[in-house]
Amino acid sequence: MTAPLLEARGLTKWYGDRLGCRDVSFDIREGEVLAIVGESGSGKSTLLSLLSGQLAPSAGTVAYRMRDGSIRDLVSLSEAERRFLFRTDWGFVHQDAAKGLRMGVSAGGNVGERLMAVGARHYGDIRAKAEDWLERVEIDIARIDEKPTAYSGGMRQRLQIARNLVTAPRLVFMDEPTGGLDVSVQARLLDLLKRLVADMGLAVIVVTHDLAVARLLSDRIMVMRRGRVIEAGLTDRVLDDPREAYTQLLVSSILQP
Amino acid sequence: MTAPIKRTEGYAFAYLDEQTKRMIRRAILKAVAIPGHQVPFAARDMPMPYGWGTGGIQVTAAILGPADVLKVIDQGADDTTNAVSIRAFFQKTAGVAVTTRTGEASVIQTRHRIPEEPLKAGQTLIYQVPIPEPLRFLEPRETETRVMHALADYGLMHVKLYEDIATHGHIAKTYAYPVKVEGRYLMDPSPIPKFDNPKMHMSPALQLFGAGREKRIYALPPFTRVESLDFEDHPFERTKFEAPCALCGATDAYLDEVVIDDRGGRMFVCSDTDHCETRRAEGRRGALLGDAPKENRP
Repeated sequence: MTAPLLEARGLTKWYGDRLGCRDVSFDIREGEVLAIVGESGSGKSTLLSLLSGQLAPSAGTVAYRMRDGSIRDLVSLSEAERRFLFRTDWGFVHQDAAKGLRMGVSAGGNVGERLMAVGARHYGDIRAKAEDWLERVEIDIARIDEKPTAYSGGMRQRLQIARNLVTAPRLVFMDEPTGGLDVSVQARLLDLLKRLVADMGLAVIVVTHDLAVARLLSDRIMVMRRGRVIEAGLTDRVLDDPREAYTQLLVSSILQP
Repeated sequence: MTAPIKRTEGYAFAYLDEQTKRMIRRAILKAVAIPGHQVPFAARDMPMPYGWGTGGIQVTAAILGPADVLKVIDQGADDTTNAVSIRAFFQKTAGVAVTTRTGEASVIQTRHRIPEEPLKAGQTLIYQVPIPEPLRFLEPRETETRVMHALADYGLMHVKLYEDIATHGHIAKTYAYPVKVEGRYLMDPSPIPKFDNPKMHMSPALQLFGAGREKRIYALPPFTRVESLDFEDHPFERTKFEAPCALCGATDAYLDEVVIDDRGGRMFVCSDTDHCETRRAEGRRGALLGDAPKENRP
């Protein structure tokens, strides 16, 4: 069996004497969706930054299997390599689409940016690819030259996904991808995500406080509290039969209409 | 060529003190060693406002020698306020000979144009640069643009060109058109028209760029590869003009459009005054000259 795509071991981050997260270990393979849930302040976002190499851990390692099969510790990557990973092999979907998109650039330009960053120099090809991706995320291609400011929240989020997936990444990080969207738009986005993840065999690490998102999207789940992983396992197992008191509280506090 | 006049007493040669000139020369040497890379330098306050060519003047002052012949142009013209006063400044402070003829000059300071007459080996062209950073309006953070240069991470510039084609159907940038130097650094050629971009490529002359307010110097040593950015299916195109110059009849020069009456009348005339005068002295006649031959008249 090949090595996992990403392997975290003993990840710890201290902000001075405040704890970000402590001793987090897990593996993720291609085609797998891992949800990280927990209340705000539980260290979810810190963990995501550590995993994506944006923050250096105080202790622990993140090993990543590159496209050429070699295994690298993310801390040892140079800035150039890290950026290259970020625009080819990785995607990052932010909660706030304005953070993940260039709001002053048309939808086509947003999708094409990664292609141009890795050397695409044929306008016609870039545009054709952008159109293809807008279609795949269910955005009307007649709106390709509009700026994201003219898009609704749900469309922006779908555009952000297209922009990230255009270079066929293997690992996508998502930070509250459905936060701030109304429920019907959320449902549609989750549907789309689920299909794309299955089609492309993506590995996804999704951070959310919404257990419904975790239930729909993820195969496995990690529950975090006060910087530690308190429970981890198959999503259905954890949500249907939570062991830790905190997880039980979390599951029981979902409002039923 | 105007013979040197006696230089004004009480100033160092070419105004700047020797230590400052050495500092600027060091920056120039580094810039020449890394073509297209912006080198910071401690720009001094000059006796003129920013935006009037303080960067160009400091570079000129640092490299000028007593035997040099100086030409100064502003928008291609030798007789505009900025050109006249900078020329007079160096006449007074350095006592160098000045000229308006491109071929006679050893140092040419310019704003917005490269002379039409091809430059020769041994000549130095000095550009006044307002904003040296080609990525500035795409990425406002200086820390970030420096990293982008360091990593040759220039995809963003093509996003801008993509946007132009998507909106206008062609690359709409007509001046300060970004270039790639020796396949490495992205460079802003200062606000010259894109018509002049091909002249930078493999030029036998040394080209120096000085930005006074932004405190940056960069350079193109002789015979440097300079490519204007484009797409394979939307290649770089030089600006073309519909009419020849109304004074000298030139068809291969960069022309200014001048409104000549209040009924929509206009003429096109060479922006390079030296080029235009030389051609007229050779007997070429554009349509609007009084003694133009009949077949040239409108």
